[in-house]
Amino acid sequence: MSGKRSTFLISALVFGFAFLYVPILLVMIYSFNEGKLVTVWTGFSTKWYVSLFSNDGMIDAAWNSLRIGVMSATLALALGTPAGLVMSRFGRFKGRTLFSGMIAAPLVMPEVITGLSLLLLFVTLEQMIGWPAGRGISTITIAHTTFCAAYVAVVVQSRLSGMDTSVEEAAMDLGAKPAKIFFVITLPMILPALLAGWLLSFTLSLDDLVIASFVAGPGSTTLPMKVFSSVRLGVSPEINALATLIILAVSAMILLSSLLILRSERNRSRASAQAES
Amino acid sequence: MSGDKLTLKQKFDRWMIKHGRVLVIGLPYFWLFLFFLVPFLIVLKISFATAEYAQPPYSALFSWIDEGITITLNFGNYLFLLSDSLYATAYLNSIRIAAISTIITLLIGYPMAYGIARASGTVRSVLLMLVILPFWTSFLIRVYAWIGILDREGLINAFLLWTGIITEPLIMRQTEGAVYIGIVYTYLPFMILPLYSTLEKMDVSLIEAALDLGCKPWKAFLKITLPLSMPGILAGSLLVFIPAVGEFVIPELLGGPNTLMIGRTLWNEFFANRDWPIASSVAIAMLVFLVVPIMWFQHIQSKQEEGQS
Repeated sequence: MSGKRSTFLISALVFGFAFLYVPILLVMIYSFNEGKLVTVWTGFSTKWYVSLFSNDGMIDAAWNSLRIGVMSATLALALGTPAGLVMSRFGRFKGRTLFSGMIAAPLVMPEVITGLSLLLLFVTLEQMIGWPAGRGISTITIAHTTFCAAYVAVVVQSRLSGMDTSVEEAAMDLGAKPAKIFFVITLPMILPALLAGWLLSFTLSLDDLVIASFVAGPGSTTLPMKVFSSVRLGVSPEINALATLIILAVSAMILLSSLLILRSERNRSRASAQAES
Repeated sequence: MSGDKLTLKQKFDRWMIKHGRVLVIGLPYFWLFLFFLVPFLIVLKISFATAEYAQPPYSALFSWIDEGITITLNFGNYLFLLSDSLYATAYLNSIRIAAISTIITLLIGYPMAYGIARASGTVRSVLLMLVILPFWTSFLIRVYAWIGILDREGLINAFLLWTGIITEPLIMRQTEGAVYIGIVYTYLPFMILPLYSTLEKMDVSLIEAALDLGCKPWKAFLKITLPLSMPGILAGSLLVFIPAVGEFVIPELLGGPNTLMIGRTLWNEFFANRDWPIASSVAIAMLVFLVVPIMWFQHIQSKQEEGQS
């Protein structure tokens, strides 16, 4: 009976992972197709990569996206880390329910609603106080920071609540100030979570089409906006090449960061094993 | 006296101890309040305005007449949403498509999460990584990948025509089925991860005990595994269902012109018709429906956090 069950589980896994990976692999394979028609294989070529890099509109959009991604991931880390700390270490305080709601809701809120509401906020603010003057990179950065901060808060919170508090308590008993405890003890311990939070924010920002479309202005076209307008017309070999580059970059980033996290955890467990013996 | 004088640093430290807590709470609180909560109030406000050819393109609600403030609320947008069957259709379609996709995602994701949770050490980390990886790669590109597969000149049609099974290309893209595939495909990791984390924590000895006592495996699954994994099922389902209701990219790229979904309607009202008040009332109508699932999701999230610490 258990043999039958594990056969079922293994085939579910094989089918599931095939479903997840075959479409991506097909895009990557066809990015090296020489022909313009995407379905007919006419020979190996890297010419679409060449034409991608000579597409100025695409390069400009990529630069915009990278700038917005770095800025909003950094801001999201600065806001999301205290938010996660508050959620896991500060106990009860006035308005906690609203706070936790404002952290959970952006994770599931449909993007069209977030995008529209932020645009209307920016327009209203501009009418009332003259800021932000017009829309562009800065408004997209604010929008991305907001939903990325919620992701960072969740990552930091779950790392903190899975963590032993005895070291922090010992430092407190010895009279260390809360800020010092945070920067000397807590921060180094949650560093892997912070790295993961930053990377997650960066990729989420790099990937967002809908919210950016609402709050963008002239001259602030991002990469997803550029990709979307060309994909609407159908499959394009240049987009296949771009997709391949993005997938490879992201995979390399994930592999590298998970290796780093794995190594730091291994070092820590070795250190604690030595301390115990 | 001078001995009592505090240095700047000491003053700062005292101030920090007194107000530090407020500062740490206040900064993210203020940001999320201003850029997440206040915007909804503005959407609500503008949903009561009328569209005008102006910059910005809607009427003012508050006006000064005879030294008094007059509020002009226009319920016309909501009446219009009710009177035009297009909106009701889009609304119901979105809920139906999101619900069916959530069920399919659960049916595919559950056995996968179960299999990963029961795998041994290294295999488990590798499989988990393979689930997380697509979650990080571009959403837009993953939707795009299906255009190339399902299109009239796509890979499936090319293959079937080549084998001679069909002589005319099948219409697979621009159908509701393609929208289901798109949603299930892109949201699958969101379902697997919460399911995995509840299944992994589960005590396997409970099932072993049931089996030892002569319980049938399917019965042990229904009586033990399924109820214990309920928090994961709910969290995963809400993580798929709520954003899927308002999905725009998938119905736009994979669905046909007849695949009406509310997120697409909102987008078109805003970008094509430039009717900001109607777009706002569509957003409010969507939110009214989603408020309960969103609060439910938050409740599950906070309960899980309490269970962890």
